[in-house]
Amino acid sequence: MVRVPRRLATLVVLLPLFASGATAAEELSNESCLACHAIEGFAGPSGRALVVEAEAFDASVHGALPCTSCHADVIAIPHEEKPKHVGPMACSACHGDVVATYLKSIHGQATATGTTDAATCTSCHGTAHAIKKATDPASPVYPLTLPRTCGVCHGDPELAMRHGIPVVNAYQLYMDSIHGRALTKSGLLVAANCSSCHGFHDVRRGSDPESRVHRANIPSTCGTCHAGVAGAYSEGVHGQAFTKGNRHAPICIDCHTTHQIARVDTDPWKLQIVSECGSCHRESLRTYRDTFHGQVTALGFTPVARCSDCHGSHRVFAASDSRSSVAPEHLIATCQKCHPRANENFVQFSPHADPENREKNPFLYFVTLSMNFLIVGVFVFFGLHTALWLARSLLERQSSAPKRDQG
Amino acid sequence: MKQRDPNVPQRYYLRVDLFPRLLHGLLMASFLGLAATGLPLKFSWAPRAGELTTAMGGFVAILFFHKVFAFLLTLCFLLHLGYVLNLALVRGESGVFWGPNSMLPQPKDLLDMFRHMQWFFGIGPKPRFDRLTYWEKFDYWAVFWGMAIIGTSGYMMWFSSFFGQFIPGWLFNIALVIHSEEALLAVWFIFAIHFFNSHLRPEKFPMDLVIFTGRVSEEELRTERPEEYARLVRGDRLQEIETDPPPLWLKNFGRIIGYSAITTGFVLFGLTLLALLGRK
Repeated sequence: MVRVPRRLATLVVLLPLFASGATAAEELSNESCLACHAIEGFAGPSGRALVVEAEAFDASVHGALPCTSCHADVIAIPHEEKPKHVGPMACSACHGDVVATYLKSIHGQATATGTTDAATCTSCHGTAHAIKKATDPASPVYPLTLPRTCGVCHGDPELAMRHGIPVVNAYQLYMDSIHGRALTKSGLLVAANCSSCHGFHDVRRGSDPESRVHRANIPSTCGTCHAGVAGAYSEGVHGQAFTKGNRHAPICIDCHTTHQIARVDTDPWKLQIVSECGSCHRESLRTYRDTFHGQVTALGFTPVARCSDCHGSHRVFAASDSRSSVAPEHLIATCQKCHPRANENFVQFSPHADPENREKNPFLYFVTLSMNFLIVGVFVFFGLHTALWLARSLLERQSSAPKRDQG
Repeated sequence: MKQRDPNVPQRYYLRVDLFPRLLHGLLMASFLGLAATGLPLKFSWAPRAGELTTAMGGFVAILFFHKVFAFLLTLCFLLHLGYVLNLALVRGESGVFWGPNSMLPQPKDLLDMFRHMQWFFGIGPKPRFDRLTYWEKFDYWAVFWGMAIIGTSGYMMWFSSFFGQFIPGWLFNIALVIHSEEALLAVWFIFAIHFFNSHLRPEKFPMDLVIFTGRVSEEELRTERPEEYARLVRGDRLQEIETDPPPLWLKNFGRIIGYSAITTGFVLFGLTLLALLGRK
């Protein structure tokens, strides 16, 4: 015997009161659906709420559409079969391109594996019956709101660990970044939000060559907004190497990071970037640290020249290139930025003089060597002198102590 | 050697005039200041150097104070030159440039050094030192040339824009190396060797107050500087330099200054050694 759940029984009993006798799907109007689905507390057999907020739906971007656009399998009231769950495929009836794109994305592929953690249409666009235009400030995908929406999942380290997402706290990092602050503090619509770099429906893994955040695509992705900088970069030696396919050539994110991009006029950034340059230019960093500029920045203070002050930042050229700010013909002007009286004599100072390099800096090499000999010589002689003197003095005191007692 | 009768009060003699004592005070203060504000830059790679600099007010502050102390030490150097020239030329004192009262190395100094080392090994008696010993002269000339060299290189870098009009820039590279290496030599020498030679060796431990009081007891003069003592007795000139015993306040004043200086020196010396030992 089939047990009829009480709620369904109620439903069946009430139906004739409202039913207008419609039998075919094409005749089902939203009013007839709402006759039941607008009743407060209306729920399915499992207790699942089945209420549709009529006003919200009318105000939504889909307000003009019949319910059956999405609930296409509902052809009769009462429903003969339990209507199917409406998933992304239902959206594809109208949004075919978008859904096709979505299905290829990391979210679509993850959903296909059966996980419920991955984003589907409604995860981002909001409750199915109240979807708003992306330009509506109330939409969860409105530019100023989008990071919070993505952050529901991408601010959850546990979810990230579960799915092997390399950046476990992207949301927190982003909110602290210059982009995040521009968005939250200043409300700038032009501030980069998640989708500016990762795309909307086509979010892909960074390792996917088609991803906008794949290493090979980063400069053009950042260049979408930072066109001037991207142009300067591509002209410079780093951009050129990158274009030629040098995997080690630094790209935007190597210096600026990805999510926690900071203002470049703060001391911590100014100091940290020196070590960043040094992670490839090791010898240059070592020799920089041997001279005054490098010593001051090593102490944590910035009123001195750092790499970019002399070499430039995005438009970096080899010193042998006449376009370089450290090319011989531009050296005086470059030094004059800080040392207004710098002249031809002055610029013979080497901010990277290596006292160990005898061929390049013979005089410095020999002076350093002599100073080291002097230091070692003085302390070997006086170290011994002191040690021997101490030993003898202690011996003398020991042997003279009894005498004093006798006297 | 005759033991002193404890019932007879000690006689005291003036060994260091007030002016050189004041200059030594100025030298100590400016030297310690220069060391404290200069070493962080020399050891900028050390883990705590930045924090130490921040504690002193940051880089701009240590650079400012370094220049203030540099000015004071320069003043000290010039005052000393004036003092020596005044003694030699105006007051016509012979012996400033030669003889037992001269800071210039004498043949006896070489001999003394040799004999002193023989005594270290127990193969000879302790040499009979005169007014100025060879290690005191080494201290003096080390500081003298140190000031000249570190000062010159320091002023070159301080006024690099001015000097850049006449000298090639690579000399600033040389200047930095000389300035910092010679300074490290000076700092270590003073905090390790000079402190031991003049204060911490068993005969003087913990401190020789003569640089603060200017006075030595008759016993000290007789045992530590027998040659000078004998010379003064021979010339019957001992009374000329006889003075009152050092007052207690002056001794205490000297102790406070002296212990503070030695402590500061040892802390800086220790920090540099720790930094070097911890260097990867």
